[in-house]
Amino acid sequence: MQTQANLVALGTIVRREVARILRIWGQTLLPPAITMTLYFFIFGNMIGGRIGEMQPGISYIDFIVPGLIMMSVIQNAYGNISSSFFGSKFGRYVEEMLVSPMPSWVILAGYVTGAVVRGLMVGAIVLGVAMFFTHIRLHHVFVTLTTFLLTAVVFALAGFVNAVYAKKFDDIAIVPTFILTPLTYLGGVFYPVSSLAEPWHTISLANPIVYMVNAFRYGLLGVSDVNLYVAYGVMLLAAAVLAGFGLFLLKRGVGLRA
Amino acid sequence: MSNAPALEVRDLTKTYATGVQALKGVSLQVEPGDFFALLGPNGAGKSTLIGILSSLVNASSGEVQIFGRSVHRDRGGAMQLIGLVPQELNFNQFECPFDICVNQAGFYGIPRRIACERAEKYLRQLSLWEKKDVAARTLSGGMKRRLMIARAMMNEPRLLILDEPTAGVDIEIRRSMWKFVSEINRAGTTVILTTHYLEEAEQLCRNIAIIDKGNIIENTSMKQLLAKLDVETFVLDVAHLPDPLPQVAGVRLTAVDAHTLEAEMSRTHDLNSLFAGLSARGVTVTSMRNKANRLEELFVRLVEGNNGKAAA
Repeated sequence: MQTQANLVALGTIVRREVARILRIWGQTLLPPAITMTLYFFIFGNMIGGRIGEMQPGISYIDFIVPGLIMMSVIQNAYGNISSSFFGSKFGRYVEEMLVSPMPSWVILAGYVTGAVVRGLMVGAIVLGVAMFFTHIRLHHVFVTLTTFLLTAVVFALAGFVNAVYAKKFDDIAIVPTFILTPLTYLGGVFYPVSSLAEPWHTISLANPIVYMVNAFRYGLLGVSDVNLYVAYGVMLLAAAVLAGFGLFLLKRGVGLRA
Repeated sequence: MSNAPALEVRDLTKTYATGVQALKGVSLQVEPGDFFALLGPNGAGKSTLIGILSSLVNASSGEVQIFGRSVHRDRGGAMQLIGLVPQELNFNQFECPFDICVNQAGFYGIPRRIACERAEKYLRQLSLWEKKDVAARTLSGGMKRRLMIARAMMNEPRLLILDEPTAGVDIEIRRSMWKFVSEINRAGTTVILTTHYLEEAEQLCRNIAIIDKGNIIENTSMKQLLAKLDVETFVLDVAHLPDPLPQVAGVRLTAVDAHTLEAEMSRTHDLNSLFAGLSARGVTVTSMRNKANRLEELFVRLVEGNNGKAAA
């Protein structure tokens, strides 16, 4: 009975999140399509044509497709949950959930699922755009899907933690601008980290996005700069730590209950 | 469990991180089916108490039970029984009333089909059905208040908490809201009301608690409280005032202006003797009213008395 009630509550949050994504599609779905078209056109087509093959049989435009999809997923999963949850705090309608019998894990799971759905939508759009510029063949379906899901979950959870601590809208813009974007650009989206000289190669391995981009690149192209097991370990560990921390914050009511 | 009070609060304290002690050991009991007034001046601790009842505020110490279920140890079970209409608007202004109500039911685990039926029922009862699909931000102030009542009813709570629900609402809408709340109270829902309109509390509530500076300074039935009122003040409109003012035994008369007189007298003092005394001195009374609502008069005295104690 309780399980069924929790599922109804979970479905309610997800439905509300998806309705929000579709209601403001001009802010949620359109910008990644335009940005990624420009990336593919400029970096892939115009500049990439002069770079040649990154590895035997893999052109530069093929090489950057997985990273650009991951970049979109990361930014959109993070941005969706941080703006939606902070908006509910700012507008005080988070109280609708806090006064209900819904357990904390349902609230967290609902928002994370909403963010993953947006990541999925945007990922599909970017993949569709990529098809105009290149011909990607799925090398490993399981790795592609699990990497996609784990990455979206990790950054949705990180966005949630950001939203819990945020006190003003500026606070949810600081992390994407000053941390997430630099980490993504330095995460092997546009170049193989294995080509970096020391100590930059070792330093790059401290960036978790390197593992996500490379695992996803393995799924799509069959090549990776990092060990796949290590990549899964990093993603699972990050997801577990952030989920535990998010639940702790919700249960303690940090930033939510006086 | 079945004989448990609708609300039982024991030795509740709350000290905020800023050091402000909002509640200093509050104990309170509300019986099932009651219409209970929780009154107090601004900053008395009402909203903190309601926040703790609805789990939006964590108590520093003490115990709160809703129909025997501890808010601290069985939050989910306790919250299942509560409906809250908060003081501040707290719904998504971009959503429509129908979705707001259906989503609220969903948070309580109520299946969508039942949620849709209930949303229609309560939006119709609160005259909001015609507006069910418009963005909530376009509703008038009174409609937004009624929407919060409809939303609070979605889980059909056994205890409905109304925190100043009629603030800034015109008299016609206020009356329609009270008609609705009185009906659900008659149907068995326990209601706790905070309001600054004391005539509302006097008319609607059977029992009352007055909170001031984090302490309950009065907790009794409305009848018993009103019986404590020993002095009443009347405002008399008169054709003209003689100079000096007439003397009437047992009544303290004060001139407000050339045509208005205030008469303060014991509740046991009959009005006939006041009129006879004034008439004998050539004063013609054209109309009369209470200076303040009876509960308001008591409320002011109790709070002022508490201020005096605190100062001492």
